[in-house]
Amino acid sequence: MPLTISILTGSNVSIYQQIVDQVCAAIVAGRIATDEPLPSVRSLAEELLINPNTVGRAYGELVREGILESRPGRGMFMSKRRQIYSRAERTRRIEQAVTSLVSQAFMLGFSAEEIVEEVAKKTTELASSSDKPSNGGGSQ
Amino acid sequence: MSGANASATARSDHGMSAHSNGRRDMVIETHGLTRYFGGRKAVDGLTMAVPRGSVFAFLGRNGSGKTTTIRMLLGLLEPTRGSSNVLGHDSRQLLPEIRARIGYMSESHTLYNWLTVRQCGEYQSRFYPRWNERIFQAVVGHFRLDPRAKAGELSRGERAGLSLAITLAPEPELLILDDPALGLDPVARRSLLESMIYVTRGAERTIFFSSHLLEDVERVADYLAILDRSVLRACCPVETFRSHVKQFLLRYAGNAAPPPQLPSLQGLLHVRRSVGELRLTIAGANERTRQLLRSFGAASVEETAVGFDDALVGYLGNRGEQGFFLEDTTALETSGVKS
Repeated sequence: MPLTISILTGSNVSIYQQIVDQVCAAIVAGRIATDEPLPSVRSLAEELLINPNTVGRAYGELVREGILESRPGRGMFMSKRRQIYSRAERTRRIEQAVTSLVSQAFMLGFSAEEIVEEVAKKTTELASSSDKPSNGGGSQ
Repeated sequence: MSGANASATARSDHGMSAHSNGRRDMVIETHGLTRYFGGRKAVDGLTMAVPRGSVFAFLGRNGSGKTTTIRMLLGLLEPTRGSSNVLGHDSRQLLPEIRARIGYMSESHTLYNWLTVRQCGEYQSRFYPRWNERIFQAVVGHFRLDPRAKAGELSRGERAGLSLAITLAPEPELLILDDPALGLDPVARRSLLESMIYVTRGAERTIFFSSHLLEDVERVADYLAILDRSVLRACCPVETFRSHVKQFLLRYAGNAAPPPQLPSLQGLLHVRRSVGELRLTIAGANERTRQLLRSFGAASVEETAVGFDDALVGYLGNRGEQGFFLEDTTALETSGVKS
């Protein structure tokens, strides 16, 4: 399936962030071919009915993060050495997820040990089933 | 991302200097713009700047002074105090050649009712050397107007379409649209959005528009200003606005309960209480805010982003404090909250 981006207004995720997230997700899922250009800023903006500057900034962010690269005259492509998120962004995201997880677990009445145990169990389970290359060791 | 923070955000009453330090020049600048109607203040000390090439949303509730401001910008109304510049010229002395570079669509869509759609176009085109008939036809087509229909017989949405066609055809450098989506059906609204995005093909063209349709604002605007009861409350990139308004969810376990009376919190916009929970919408929260929140005795404090509409309604609602100002028309990374 090719890259399809759909945006939602009224969400607590900004349109800019939705584009960044969806391009990342599409790359992780292997839905973007290396030799195929992404839609141009103008065409994506007109398709989604949003300000082209927003698309431009999202693409710009993805280029800065090393996820996309701009090939002059040809368009925007998936970068060969792909680093999906910057270290700071990865830290921010895991912190957010962990805070939400832990506070919910506490609300449900689990003890600290039980939470750690659940997390460890899931980690082992997912790590063994996944053939994905690890994404954690890279330093920038 | 640079660590720029307070540096570029100082609010200058001398105005934003154009072209300096790679900053974009401003197509609209106001300085302490104020207007009274009798004893009533309609606009109070408005100082803002609209960068060239932006799609700038001018927001606020009905009666907050948006139309009055727009009329002063165009020189249709004298300010009681203060001044404004449009395309570098004083609003009170806009020469016809400057006016020709500004496209203005009023709320009321003033049209010659006895002329047909086509005649309206022909008549208007005489005033503009740069009239682009292709654009006129395209917008008329977009709104599915019959060129032979009389302007006086058009529906509200159709009038808006004709009005927009007339406004866009001269390819103005600056578009000022006063609540263009008012009364439009969903199809006409979509056409309006498409037309606005089409305008941004010219990188140097600016759209300054007022609207109540936050979904549309979220889609097309990259800058915003918020007027609340005649006072400017925010003027910054939309992204800055969003990143500054956060929701804090405080969860209470067991017998613990939120404090019945909250201490004064800088930037507090909205409070919602429910069983075992306290939800606070706060603008410009910093470490001090977070520290203070942690002292409220909650089992957990979760910080989340809020939707654009919630953030804006928080700003315009009646709760919360009024004494801060969010500004930044220079860069997306920089931000500042003024108290």
